[in-house]
Amino acid sequence: MSTPQEAITAPKAATGFWKDNLRDYGMLISLVVIVIFFQVATGGVLLKPLNITNIVLQNSYIVIMALGMLMVIVTGHIDLSVGSVAGFIGAVAAMLMVQYNFDFVTASLLCLVLGGAIGAIQGYFVAYFKIPSFIVTLAGMLVFRGFMIAVLSGRSIGPFDPTFQKLSSGFIPELISSDGGLYLTSFILGLLLAALLVWQNFRSRARRMLHDVETEPMAFFIGKNIVVLAAIGYVAYLIASHRGLPNVLIIMGVLIVAYGFFTNRTIIGRQIYAVGGNARAAELSGIKTTRLVFWTFVNMGVLAALGGLVVAARLNSATPKAGTGFELDVIAACFIGGASAYGGVGKVTGAVIGAFLMGVMNNGMSILGIGIDYQQVIKGLVLLGAVCVDVYNQRR
Amino acid sequence: MPDPVSQTEKPPILEMRGISKSFGAVKALSDVSFTVKEGEIHALVGENGAGKSTLMKVLSGVYPHGSYEGSILFEGEERHFRDINDSEKLGIIIIHQELALIPLMSIAENIFLANAPSKYGVIDRDVRYKRTKELLAKVGLSEVPEALITNLGIGKQQLVEIAKALSKDVRLLILDEPTASLNETDSAALLELLKEFRRNGITSIMISHKLNEITEVADRITVLRDGRTVGTLDCHEGPVDEDEIVRRMVDRDLESRYPKREPKIGDVIFEVENWSVHHPQHASREVVKNVSMKVRAGEVVGISGLMGAGRTEFAMSVFGKSYGRDISGTVKIHGKTADTSDVHRAIEAGLAYVTEDRKHLGLILTEDIRKNVSLAHLSGVSTRGVIDDIREMKVAQEFRSRMRIRSHNVYQETGKLSGGNQQKVVLSKWLFTNPDILILDEPTRGIDVGAKYEIYSIINELADAGKAVVVISSEMPELIGICDRIMVMHEGEFVGEVAGEQATQENIMRAIMRRKGR
Repeated sequence: MSTPQEAITAPKAATGFWKDNLRDYGMLISLVVIVIFFQVATGGVLLKPLNITNIVLQNSYIVIMALGMLMVIVTGHIDLSVGSVAGFIGAVAAMLMVQYNFDFVTASLLCLVLGGAIGAIQGYFVAYFKIPSFIVTLAGMLVFRGFMIAVLSGRSIGPFDPTFQKLSSGFIPELISSDGGLYLTSFILGLLLAALLVWQNFRSRARRMLHDVETEPMAFFIGKNIVVLAAIGYVAYLIASHRGLPNVLIIMGVLIVAYGFFTNRTIIGRQIYAVGGNARAAELSGIKTTRLVFWTFVNMGVLAALGGLVVAARLNSATPKAGTGFELDVIAACFIGGASAYGGVGKVTGAVIGAFLMGVMNNGMSILGIGIDYQQVIKGLVLLGAVCVDVYNQRR
Repeated sequence: MPDPVSQTEKPPILEMRGISKSFGAVKALSDVSFTVKEGEIHALVGENGAGKSTLMKVLSGVYPHGSYEGSILFEGEERHFRDINDSEKLGIIIIHQELALIPLMSIAENIFLANAPSKYGVIDRDVRYKRTKELLAKVGLSEVPEALITNLGIGKQQLVEIAKALSKDVRLLILDEPTASLNETDSAALLELLKEFRRNGITSIMISHKLNEITEVADRITVLRDGRTVGTLDCHEGPVDEDEIVRRMVDRDLESRYPKREPKIGDVIFEVENWSVHHPQHASREVVKNVSMKVRAGEVVGISGLMGAGRTEFAMSVFGKSYGRDISGTVKIHGKTADTSDVHRAIEAGLAYVTEDRKHLGLILTEDIRKNVSLAHLSGVSTRGVIDDIREMKVAQEFRSRMRIRSHNVYQETGKLSGGNQQKVVLSKWLFTNPDILILDEPTRGIDVGAKYEIYSIINELADAGKAVVVISSEMPELIGICDRIMVMHEGEFVGEVAGEQATQENIMRAIMRRKGR
């Protein structure tokens, strides 16, 4: 069923492509600019293999929690309790493993279930009781911070079993012996990932062309893939020349891919965006909005718990201060990544880029010796600036 | 009969000359002239959409000077109102149908919301109390000034609104459907109050559908139709017949605005029996009262009635209980009782409801055409829970050309489409669920004539395909033009039924007015 009209409108679509995608690539470009800036300012320290690995390790839990937060924000809600929940779960993990000698698998599973239960309680109040999420999770923030201190009795508990520590500080085993200090397994895995991404891009482009769907210009497409290949290859090389792939990077990578697929391609993912875009219209289209909101909070709880475990393993102890202020970093990552505070808008890739943008800035500024005071000022201004640019772009 | 007040010699307080106002391509008012004499009660009547509210918004400055053509003379001088404050300063006060009171504040706080008596910026409660008392006495309310608005009945709230108007030194009082939600006693009290205002020299304009009330209090009646002045009747020149007003209100030429259809009517496929619905907040208020209806395959049935008759409430409550509480009654589809207890099940059962409020209830305005079209039937474009984007895009493209949605492509945000095209996207969404029964609520509201014709053609196609179609509309000519049968709803009940070929606007209006007159 095609009309002559369609043929006429086709060229217009090509200009539309740039406009539509500027926002997505804009984020990525900002990240690259900031990386280059700090690379120069720190005299090349930023992209040293050791430092790259550090950035990944330092920000892994923010990225993990940002995935859950993104869904919450997309439904038009907010979760202020994630930092406290992460800290509380870390404390429970320490109690189970250090004081009661649970093995780390059982303890970790129990912790994830507990996180889900916490999310379910908060989600129940938000979704079914219709209490604003800001209030429910503000209460949760206080409650779980309190519980954490109670569990720890105000002390730190540690150290953990070495196996559990591997969650955060371990690296994947090296299968190929190598010389020259390069961890070949990790490097090859990185290259494979890059190749997979490019192959996927080509496949989906071919499929779109087959069905006459408008696609990006060929030159742009090839350029994009070369950049993807080069960037991932380079990062893989850097990581491989330190100690190889950290375990937590694998967890993070799998989660990013899974949530990216879930939000983009599944019915439930689509429905979550619909709830945030217009809850009444979604409901009148047969979408079970309350149930979806409830489950996004359960999901957030589980990911906050995972974040808490990663932090505890990294610090090798549960401390009463753990998790303080995480919620702000996580929420900032989502908003810097283009999520809308009104709901309905936000991408997984955006949140991940947002988290790394904050991470690179933290790291770079620390290397430069900027005090924690001005670091906060700069981070705050970057958050405000990023959202301003976004609002301005949307108004055009 | 109106009080014999001799104001014939008095100069006009208000003259609106040659007022025209358009919204995009839609002409809401064309060359309307409207004159109100000092000290009279002037009634403004017309069908929904005739332009009464638009005219009053032009007068009060909601549509500022420059956004319309023509001129306004108030107290003999030409006025250019920039906003509602300008007109209020001169004593032109409008009381809207939806009351603008803040429920959790007291009467006194509401009356003096913007202009509280104060000293150095601190509200003087004693003065406020005293003045509120005086104003309440004027409108015949015995409530204390501290009483909260939320605890007052709707009739008393209306009186508080009037007291608020009086606090502003009113010269011209405009009441939009003041008795629409009042019971008989409250209505009578309000009409008495208007008469008293007239004795005290306050001029009033009253917009109303209740012709018996109008003939009781009005000195003159101006009739609007399709954005034009049809004429002004003087009640002092002899008795005014209600039928005469109705004849002037309705437009009789149906021309060829409606595509022709040969109805092929089959068996009853949709039945609603003994359907009752209560108001979601006020559980004691029954919004739909024990209503039943049947629709056959291939039949287009209209539901006519005034605003607030309970039509939308009826439709939405049937569609997965998306309105109201304490809903009772049965829905049968193809002769079998259907489970329509939530929207998802209602869709599964073959129902579709196209909302009257496409911006708030119909579309996700930030999403594109493609995602809006597939929203109610995502399983139709996916395999095992995963959406096939190519299939989704093809579905959207098919609807885009079938419904002639004018857009660059299917990736255009629906918020940036015109009203008619938005409506077609909403219709596409529901057609994609492949329903047997479609309920269309005000399907052509706010869209231009060309798009209306296209929507009527789509309705005809659906009926020809053997679907049962229910159309709710406030535009009577539209219902007469496209329906095989029209049910008339009033105050939550069906008060009449007219076969398509016998339907005229007069007999539909009469069915409503008969009830109102009781």
